[in-house]
Amino acid sequence: MNPNKKRLRRTMMFLNAQKPALIKDPYIYKPDSIMLDLEDAVAQNQKDVARFSLYHALQEIDYHGVERVVRINGLDTPYWQEDVRVCVAGGCDAIRIPKTESAEDVHRVEQAVIAAEKEFGREEGSTLLMAAIESARGVMRAMDVCESSERLFGIALSGGDYTKDMQTHITGTGIELMGARQNMLIAARAAGVQCFDTVYTNLDDMEGFRKDVESIHLMGFDGKSIVNPRQINIVHEIFTPTQKDIIFAEKVVKEIDEKSAQGIGVFTVDGKMIDIAFYDGAKRTISLAKASGVYKGEL
Amino acid sequence: MEITRPAIAGTLESSDAQVTVEPGNGKIDFTLESSVINQYGNQIKKVIMDTLKNLEVDNVKITVIDKGALDCTIKARVEGAVYRSNVQTENIPWGGAVRS
Repeated sequence: MNPNKKRLRRTMMFLNAQKPALIKDPYIYKPDSIMLDLEDAVAQNQKDVARFSLYHALQEIDYHGVERVVRINGLDTPYWQEDVRVCVAGGCDAIRIPKTESAEDVHRVEQAVIAAEKEFGREEGSTLLMAAIESARGVMRAMDVCESSERLFGIALSGGDYTKDMQTHITGTGIELMGARQNMLIAARAAGVQCFDTVYTNLDDMEGFRKDVESIHLMGFDGKSIVNPRQINIVHEIFTPTQKDIIFAEKVVKEIDEKSAQGIGVFTVDGKMIDIAFYDGAKRTISLAKASGVYKGEL
Repeated sequence: MEITRPAIAGTLESSDAQVTVEPGNGKIDFTLESSVINQYGNQIKKVIMDTLKNLEVDNVKITVIDKGALDCTIKARVEGAVYRSNVQTENIPWGGAVRS
């Protein structure tokens, strides 16, 4: 398995691949991933030159460990196959497939990626995939998409197109996205891949943004797509375990290890009843704390 | 590559460069406009000439208006204009004639 498949992805910042001012130094804002966009952000008559810009950015700019994902054009356009070639030739970390509605969509891109990895001498399997779900059909087939490829690290909701397909619109309350979010999360968890929430585009409403992030964090998402550096710290703050969470998780892991060796199944930690069911959650908190760079312990 | 028709790539936005190529008169006819021409003019010219050499373009009138672009952006705009001139948008030789 590609070691980057399960990496920390709290924030994925969209950037127009055709805009040099945007793609030259986004690492200074410290997002976990950047999403270099060849799709909606690039005008039809700029698709050709955007690829040259993308190629040299991938080859020559040091993004200081920030993951470089590229959103290619849709499979219903004449652009996506050349997009895949330039992504792989440039050495991107992952490709985001837009408007995914079936496992077949992922397989088509995967075949093109395999051919490009051979053509450009890249290690087979080095280019990961993720799928954007943007329609009712995509949501209903999320499980098939999640299980479609070993390269697929996750799925992401694209709220704008999804709400159009559902004949509604973004309200800011999240009610219109409720079903899609829940369905996609369950599919992603069942398949063991990550799940990312849609963008929040009202930059004048940072309080609304915070509530949205808190809500999707509680639902179980791994991260959120973002459109502005101002959104990064809020997401990271909410998605990073607090010291209180970390200390409790540490105690749970240590106590379960100790007590299970003594044949004790149920006991209390800080007044809370704990059993083996808490183990994976506590380990996940420690892993997240480590990946976020806030863990100082020894586990 | 032959420059068969005029083509433009890039914009006049900050950090970008606008490159225009036109059929030449048997040589490379080069014009550069840049706010940092005194500091970086030679470096920008070298990047453009190296890129044209990689693309095997030796007969072109090329005009570059630089707005503080990085080398990687200048290369991308020169290549973008040359391939546009040839109306080629697929099977680009990434890592071959188009390289870092």
